[in-house]
Amino acid sequence: MSEPSARPAAQDGLAFERPLNELQTKIAELRKLNSGSHLELAGEIDLLEDRLRRQTAEVYAQLSPWERVNVARHAERPLTSDYIQLMLDDFVELHGDRVFGDDRAIVTGFACMEGLRFLLVGHRKGKTVKDRLACNFGCAHPEGYRKAMQKMRLAEKLGLPIVSFINTPGAYPGIGAEERGQAAAIARNILDMFEIRVPIVCMVIGEGGSGGALGIGVGDRVGMLENSYYSVISPEGCAAILWKSGDKAPEAAEALKLTSKDLLRLGLVDKVVEEPLGGAHRDPKGAVERVKRQILEWLRELMALPVDELLARRHRKFRGMGTPIGVTRA
Amino acid sequence: MAWTRFGKKKDMPGNLWTKCESCGALLFRKEFEQRHRVCGTCGYHFTLPARERIAITVDPGSFAEMWTGLLAEDVLAFNDRVPYGEKLAQTRQKTGEDDALVAGAAAVKGIPCALGVMNFQFLGGSMGMVVGEKIALLCEHAQAQRLPVVLVACSGGARMHEGAVSLMQMAKTCSALTRLHRAGLPSISVLTHPTTGGVTASFASVCDLLIAEPGALIGFAGPRVIATTIKKELPKGFQRAEFLLEKGQVDRIVPRAQMRDELARLLAYATGRDPVAAFAPQPVAAEPEPVAVPAAPEPPPGGKGRRRARPPKDG
Ligand SMILES: [Zn+2]
Repeated sequence: MSEPSARPAAQDGLAFERPLNELQTKIAELRKLNSGSHLELAGEIDLLEDRLRRQTAEVYAQLSPWERVNVARHAERPLTSDYIQLMLDDFVELHGDRVFGDDRAIVTGFACMEGLRFLLVGHRKGKTVKDRLACNFGCAHPEGYRKAMQKMRLAEKLGLPIVSFINTPGAYPGIGAEERGQAAAIARNILDMFEIRVPIVCMVIGEGGSGGALGIGVGDRVGMLENSYYSVISPEGCAAILWKSGDKAPEAAEALKLTSKDLLRLGLVDKVVEEPLGGAHRDPKGAVERVKRQILEWLRELMALPVDELLARRHRKFRGMGTPIGVTRA
Repeated sequence: MAWTRFGKKKDMPGNLWTKCESCGALLFRKEFEQRHRVCGTCGYHFTLPARERIAITVDPGSFAEMWTGLLAEDVLAFNDRVPYGEKLAQTRQKTGEDDALVAGAAAVKGIPCALGVMNFQFLGGSMGMVVGEKIALLCEHAQAQRLPVVLVACSGGARMHEGAVSLMQMAKTCSALTRLHRAGLPSISVLTHPTTGGVTASFASVCDLLIAEPGALIGFAGPRVIATTIKKELPKGFQRAEFLLEKGQVDRIVPRAQMRDELARLLAYATGRDPVAAFAPQPVAAEPEPVAVPAAPEPPPGGKGRRRARPPKDG
């Protein structure tokens, strides 16, 4: 997992944003000046806006994997709470795992969107400093995973499909987490999600941090937002182990093939949902709308399938991931 | 989730002696190996290579290995300092194994089962596509043949070199286990030192019965990652088998010397056989001659050995 601490300049994965932000500031200033009807200024603004669009498209087309990881972690990137607020017509939060506690790092509740009812499950990172601490920066404990499963079982009983939002640096590595069976909680969720007899749609909206992500990540459809990542280990963790230096995180990010395009190419996700120009943080509403359309399309498609067929396909989908050389399929 | 290297064992002069990772006692290698790598002084259970594990677990001649020749594909073209493809080739040559799991059909005290054993010698027993595929195949075979499944875990977790493909093996193995369980067939997981990361967080923790070897390090995150995260020293015995038993995470702790008997007994209960009959004398391989242990050489400078095997780092 990553600590939200300052990084050395060499690792500043958001340096590419600076010229774009400068251009944006300049346009904003000109706009202020142009409160009247200065035609010359209006032309200048148009030109700059055009330049900003082109430059943003260019920069974002060429982001390195490490830079994308940093976009996925961007402070203004829409979080699960934003999707709840912007996307849903109704949301009833349901708390607690009925055994130990209520892990704020995972939110669960009944949701309604364009007349469709479902259970929403998602990692929660928090917006303010206080929130972020309460949510443990999106790093869930076993009770979070158990809460998710307890609510998913309820959804199954009520015939509600499940939508899961993935955005975590990883499950929390701590003493209490180990005492209460972090590994077992994640494993149990993965196992049980293959049995849940309602459609499950998963969307990686930011960080897909390893087992902590997969713990709510087994679905009939798994999508990724364009600038999100999904990885077996954080780039920092991988760099520390294989390169013996956390500074090599950019190299590790490259090697791990963790971008949405990579996951799609490897057949590990079903679709990449494109983000608005310059990333979801530049236009949260636009990003949320695109995710919403995709979820609705998938839910309608999946709800038409017979349940046994749904479960058989879910199994086949993951069964076929990563086939070694020498396997002959009947 | 990912595996890492452990401290390399320091071999003693002439390779005749080895030093206990736990208590520092000098162990005469031949005798130590005859004790199946359990320290005669403190009872510390060393990591056991897969083939040795199979030899002491199943009835002589009963193991029929399956799915040999499955090889990992370097789908990421992963390159840290050595390209993954090269690393695989070297490790295959060094270990004589295709990958980190040996699997097949076997019998334990006459009870047929499907057996999969992880090999820590192969890239830290890390789980990539080959391990995931073989576990899925093993479960499917067991389901078709109506056999119980026994899985012996020993792994630092998912294999980083296969990226998210290795992560998804957690789902693949769980999916296969779900189907096995739904078909009414039992599974037993034997957790040995060390088992962490994506292996603990998938098939190894969701079998019907969880058995641990004494002192085995078993957990989600590696102790070093936890210590770094919480910036505190970890309590004594944290993440060891005894700790897990106390916290309600495993069914039993079984010493290596009794593992075969215990497995037979549990398999008997799990497959509708008489657990008492499972203990009836069975033909076993002839007991080896006791080894004459010579006087130990002077301990090398540095004195006591490490208290423990170096804990794994983990993500
Ligand atoms: Zn010892």
